Amino acid sequence: MPRKGVKRTMDEIQKTLLAQVADLHEVPAGAYNIRANGSLAGRNTTANIDIVTKGDQPGIDIIIKPGTKNESVHIPVLLSESGIKETVYNDFYIGEDCDITIVAGCGIHNGGKDASEHSGIHRFFVGRHARVRYVEKHYGQGDGTGGRIMNPTTEITMEEGAHMELEMVQIKGIDSTQRKTEASLAQEASLVVREKLMTHGTQYARSDFAVALNGDGSTADVVSRSVAKEQSKQEFHANIVGNASCSGHTECDAIIMDEASVTALPALTANHVDAALIHEAAIGKIAGEQLIKLMTLGLTQEEAEEQIISGFLK
Amino acid sequence: MLELRNVSYEVEGDKGDNKEILSHINFVFDKRFTAITGPNGGGKSTLAKLIAGIITPTEGTILFNGEDITGMSITDRAKAGISYAFQQPVRFKGITVKDLITLAAGKKLSTAEACGFLSEVGLCARDYISREVNASLSGGECKRIEIAMIMARQTELSVFDEPEAGIDLWSFQNLIQVFERMYEKINGNIIIISHQERILNIADEIVVIAGGQVTQSGRREEILPKLLNTPNAATNCQVLEQKEAGRERKTE
Repeated sequence: MPRKGVKRTMDEIQKTLLAQVADLHEVPAGAYNIRANGSLAGRNTTANIDIVTKGDQPGIDIIIKPGTKNESVHIPVLLSESGIKETVYNDFYIGEDCDITIVAGCGIHNGGKDASEHSGIHRFFVGRHARVRYVEKHYGQGDGTGGRIMNPTTEITMEEGAHMELEMVQIKGIDSTQRKTEASLAQEASLVVREKLMTHGTQYARSDFAVALNGDGSTADVVSRSVAKEQSKQEFHANIVGNASCSGHTECDAIIMDEASVTALPALTANHVDAALIHEAAIGKIAGEQLIKLMTLGLTQEEAEEQIISGFLK
Repeated sequence: MLELRNVSYEVEGDKGDNKEILSHINFVFDKRFTAITGPNGGGKSTLAKLIAGIITPTEGTILFNGEDITGMSITDRAKAGISYAFQQPVRFKGITVKDLITLAAGKKLSTAEACGFLSEVGLCARDYISREVNASLSGGECKRIEIAMIMARQTELSVFDEPEAGIDLWSFQNLIQVFERMYEKINGNIIIISHQERILNIADEIVVIAGGQVTQSGRREEILPKLLNTPNAATNCQVLEQKEAGRERKTE
């Protein structure tokens, strides 16, 4: 397989961030593009996956040939200098009948006093009968006073029979997030979203999902599980619109602790008599009996809370 | 060995007055297998909760191996060697059967070891070991997992609150065997709250709690025949009839 690559060395902070957001300890196998502090830190393409820098705006085009199977693309973004603000436009063109995994993550280490901000605008064009697993992890560290801010936007266009699974994970560390996800689905296309979120301190996280089920037989399942601790605030907005004979489900399940605040607004719009849509939302503290059960096994209250939360967000 | 000395438990009643759930209980649990039985609302579950430390007595002392544990937390009692199987098992989103059994054992378990405990309670381990202990499990399945956790803990004292509650008749047949085997498997003492004759039938000692007090206690051979020959409901009805008859006489 012909490979062309750009490799540059990364420092320890960047390596830690990379491990957190992409489960990577070294440069990954397969195609990748590593962006560190606003510039390219490494890239590799394969025979089936091409990565091209955009000419008109910051960002890349990822082009995956039809029929590409069992390959992966990693596109982590690392910010380790304080005060960087960037908006990056990444477009994914996934050919027909592909079966691929895309891992995009953003890690911010902010040890300074200025806010570091990354806004990734990701557009996906998923071809007929292609299957995509997309994993996006957010992670923040550093003890500076500067904010760690991420505002990802994801726009998904799914052709007939396409299937996409989104796993969006943000566990602590990010001070402010506004996540926007929009998807439109053609006939027989299916979308599964699993959002896992934990906020603490005075963090704020807002998620907006808008899914349009335009084709007959299309399905969407949007599920968010979150834990809000201390004085953090979370908002979950989801709207599933059924424009055809389709089925959609959205669910927000949140554990609230301390003085946190959680808003859940799942919404449904049916524009077709055969659109079957369901929404669920539940917010509550950890059940006392769950704590007591684990304590009768010898765990302290703090250990019991930890087990319950990590299970819930697993 | 567990000892209750003059243990009482009161709660605030509807009208702000105090209602006594348990009244001056004195008892030493020193047999391998003790069954506690008695009418609903008699205070049996309250007693189990007092032993596990979920509630603390309003009066009296609880001793475990001679040590006063009355003020000890749930966690410390668990560590000291007391296990408690809930009457209504708790469900957890995302926590698997293996996670719970591992937590109960207090050490890392191989899948084979964890499966061993499930097989003990009549569950096909392969089907259950990685399942979440959530609402998808039936009441009977949860009950068995609850019992498997207690077996994994291997503590000196295991308290079961109505293990038969919520289990259908057919599953219960198998559960009896679980408790019969447990007699050999668990090294410590077992206290079971139960209404089932077949459970009482395998106990060394039977304690009857009614109206917040120990009304009878002794060896199974001695107590069980008495219980079986008392048509409890009929007795209660007779008492009611007598009371009403008395009232009618007064009004006449």
